[in-house]
Amino acid sequence: MWLSNSSIGRKVVMSVTGIALVLFLTFHMSMNLVALFSEDAYNMVCEFLGANWYALVATVALAALFVIHIIYAFWLTMMNRNARGSERYAVTQKPKNVEWASQNMLVLGIIVILGLILHFANFWYKMQFAEIIGDHFLGEYGPTNGAAYIASTFSQPVYVIVYLIWLIALWFHLTHGFWSALQTLGWSNKIWFERWKLIGNVYSTLVVLGFAVVVVIYFFKSLCC
Amino acid sequence: MDKNISFTLKVWRQNGPKEKGHFDTFQMKDIPGDTSFLEMLDILNEQLIEEGKEPIVFDHDCREGICGMCSLYINGHPHGPATGATTCQIYMRRFNDGDTITVEPWRSAGFPVIKDLMVDRSAYDKIMQAGGYVSVRTGAPQDANAILIPKQNADEAMDAASCIGCGACVAACKNGSAMLFVSAKVSQLALLPQGRPEAARRAKAMLAKMDELGFGNCTNTRACEAECPKNISISNIARLNREFIKAKLKD
Repeated sequence: MWLSNSSIGRKVVMSVTGIALVLFLTFHMSMNLVALFSEDAYNMVCEFLGANWYALVATVALAALFVIHIIYAFWLTMMNRNARGSERYAVTQKPKNVEWASQNMLVLGIIVILGLILHFANFWYKMQFAEIIGDHFLGEYGPTNGAAYIASTFSQPVYVIVYLIWLIALWFHLTHGFWSALQTLGWSNKIWFERWKLIGNVYSTLVVLGFAVVVVIYFFKSLCC
Repeated sequence: MDKNISFTLKVWRQNGPKEKGHFDTFQMKDIPGDTSFLEMLDILNEQLIEEGKEPIVFDHDCREGICGMCSLYINGHPHGPATGATTCQIYMRRFNDGDTITVEPWRSAGFPVIKDLMVDRSAYDKIMQAGGYVSVRTGAPQDANAILIPKQNADEAMDAASCIGCGACVAACKNGSAMLFVSAKVSQLALLPQGRPEAARRAKAMLAKMDELGFGNCTNTRACEAECPKNISISNIARLNREFIKAKLKD
């Protein structure tokens, strides 16, 4: 199968799963923004997703995307380290045009996974998971009261800082991942390379800002109320 | 006349592919600035021979920047600190008095060290033999104007064809990937009508050979195009990806 036994095939798997995950992030970010306008509307979204069959199917598909993306990441990194040879250079210098993120995608990815685990403990476990097992009070509030969980999590400065660090790592990961995915799919040339890079930077900034603004606003809300 | 400089030279010495290597340090005195980097190594080798020591082994041939034979990883850059130039085109005036200059061979699993600074780059020949050509079909010669080629394609094919196969892309790549080389060699033919009939087969065969020989997977860091002495663009890699994916989807 060319998606596993050729180098371009393996990269195609990385880029297709990566693009799908970017689309998921976009959806998740838009959903979060609802909480800024109306907490009731946000809780309706939570109820709508919950443990309904379509939400579960989507969750399983999403988990599969994550797992494939992560397994391929480790596999590719291992192969690439072997290809580098046993001896390392004594002196290395990064050329000017090489982005820092592009050489540290695995590290950034690992930070994103660690953040994800925390995020699961803070929200997913108390919401969707609580509904799946039918124990509605795993958390302090009901499983569909997402707004209350947001408010309580981000009233704690520790979580605010950790989530912001997580988002910064995600931003670096996305800025390289976006154009890199399209380059791997072959949809690039001298002109489109510059365009994709710009589009990717703007897009990742908007997505990450969308997430960050919810964290920050809820933190300030908790300070003054 | 440039002024003369004195500097410390750290050179990688290794007796064979499986031997353990180490750095040897030499003090170079009063080297004229208009000595080329390879001439400087010649001067050092003359001294070593006179002292009855073994000279440093390094690759070189035309010394005009066109053959792709010289290599050397100098102070963290393949082909040294200059951009768009091979090692033989580097002159000592680029360095300062009192500098320490570190010289290493290309380091990659695909290019094992033969001795000292010389590596075995025959993997590139094997990739070329896998399909980097147009099969000869003899017949009546075509009229020169029978096959029209847009200027833009001709230019891009020519740019891709300027790859000299020196291996700096692999040396610069943190993944030891040969994608820039393979993509240039696929592109120079894929862009021209004469190369189209075999384009799909060529992309598949050359990439399969590259993977088989132990080169890494491209992660688009762009270190290759920054260090390439011929400024080959990674847009060629996008083209190779396109050609390869199209060929696989058709199968």
